[in-house]
Parts: sequence; C-alpha cells; structure tokens
Amino acid sequence: MKDVKSQASKSAAPGKQGGLNAEIQSRIGHQLRAMYDDVVRQGVPDRFAELIRKLDVAKPDPQLEDTGDQTNKNDGRD
Amino acid sequence: MPLTDSLRDDILASVPSLRAFAISLSGNGDRADDLVQETLLRALANIDSFQPGSNLPAWLFTILRNLFRSDYRKRRREVEDADGSYAKTLKTQPAQNSHLEFEEFRAALEKLPQDQREALILVGASGFSYEDAAAICGCAVGTIKSRVNRARSKLSALLYVDGAEDFGPDETVRAVIGGSGG
Repeated sequence: MKDVKSQASKSAAPGKQGGLNAEIQSRIGHQLRAMYDDVVRQGVPDRFAELIRKLDVAKPDPQLEDTGDQTNKNDGRD
Repeated sequence: MPLTDSLRDDILASVPSLRAFAISLSGNGDRADDLVQETLLRALANIDSFQPGSNLPAWLFTILRNLFRSDYRKRRREVEDADGSYAKTLKTQPAQNSHLEFEEFRAALEKLPQDQREALILVGASGFSYEDAAAICGCAVGTIKSRVNRARSKLSALLYVDGAEDFGPDETVRAVIGGSGG
C-alpha cells in the first residue's frame, strides 16, 4: 500500500519535494489570484467614490468649532 | 489621525482589493459591496484610532473581516439559503471549459471552513505576509500557516484526484482496496 501511494505522488510531481503536489499547488495559486484580480481590475465603483466624497464634505471644519467632535463620540459598537 | 486628503486617497485605493476579499469571503457580489460600504463607514467613523504609518490595508481588512464574521453569525440561515441559489446559478452556466473550471474553483473555495478560506485568500491572493494575515485574523502566525496548508490540501482534494492522498478518506480507500483483494 505504501508503494501505491509513493508511485502516485511520483508520477504526479516528478522531481519535486514531498508533501502536496507542486503542480497542483501552482494551479490553485493561479486560479485563486485570477479570481481575485478579476474583481480588483474592476476598480472603484462610483458608489464608493461618491460615499467617501460625501462624508468628506459632511465633516465639520475643525477650525470653526473645536468642541464639535466631542458630542458625537461613537465607536460603532452596539 | 485626522482624515487627510492622502489618507482618503489611500482608503479609496484599497477599495478594489477590499471588494475582492469580500466577494471571496461571501461568494455574493451584492452582499460583498454592502460589506465594503459598511467597512468604509466604520473606518471613517474610527479614523482617529488609525495609527499613522501603520498598514492601512491591513487595518481595513481587519474591519471588513470582523464585520463579515459578526454578520455571518447573525445571518447563518440566510447564508445557507443563498448558497443553495448560488449553486443553482452555477448549473445554468454555459459549459465552456475555462469558465467551468473557474466556477468549480469558486464552488470548492466555498466548501472550505471559513478560517481556512480567509487565511488562504489573505496570503495567497491579497499578498499579505503571514504576520499581517495573523494580525488581521487575530491569531498566531503558526495558526495562519497551518490553516493555509489545510486549505490548499483540501482544495487539491476537491479539485484534483491526486491531491486526495493527504486526506482522511485514504483509510476507507485502503480498506476497500484491501477488502476486494481477499
């Protein structure tokens, strides 16, 4: 039974170190990055660019009122 | 630190990879974008707690990951239902080879335990170091390494027959082979 196992890994990954099949691992890595980069290449949807722009405008100017921040101290926890 | 123009630009520049991370985690584009939006709102609301000079993407990924996990716990049933409809849409896809392979990969990724999936994505796709990934997930570096290894091993088993040699079913297979011999 040991023979069967070592034969299988030899034929699948000739000349590579033990453990997982190197060729399969590189295919998995490639597919993972392809899937991920597919989304990254879509860039920043307008929705998010707008969101950040709006929040930026809505922020009070700290030079006008230096106590304005204290009233709205919420760290987002429930 | 206060929200400077350059910090705002850096946050915007992180949006594409935040979306990719969110989609890889949730397997659902709409939900992923909601998650990114919530992450941005949370980040901007807590921008004072961001340490200037520290790793901004890692900080944002941490927020997104924590939101996803709390959301996941709350909506476990919904998620399971969404998985069902997602699987259905896969079956109606045209059987083009590369596309099919891509969807198979996606489906296999969805089958990984959440801990392993996020570790694999952070290290293997987002390009974070093991140390950064450990900080994002709030665990030890060694834990991340073993999760990544287990994720790879399981994906091999799911996608390629050869990868199954590192897996549990080995025992059963051996028993079957041994049994048929006698």
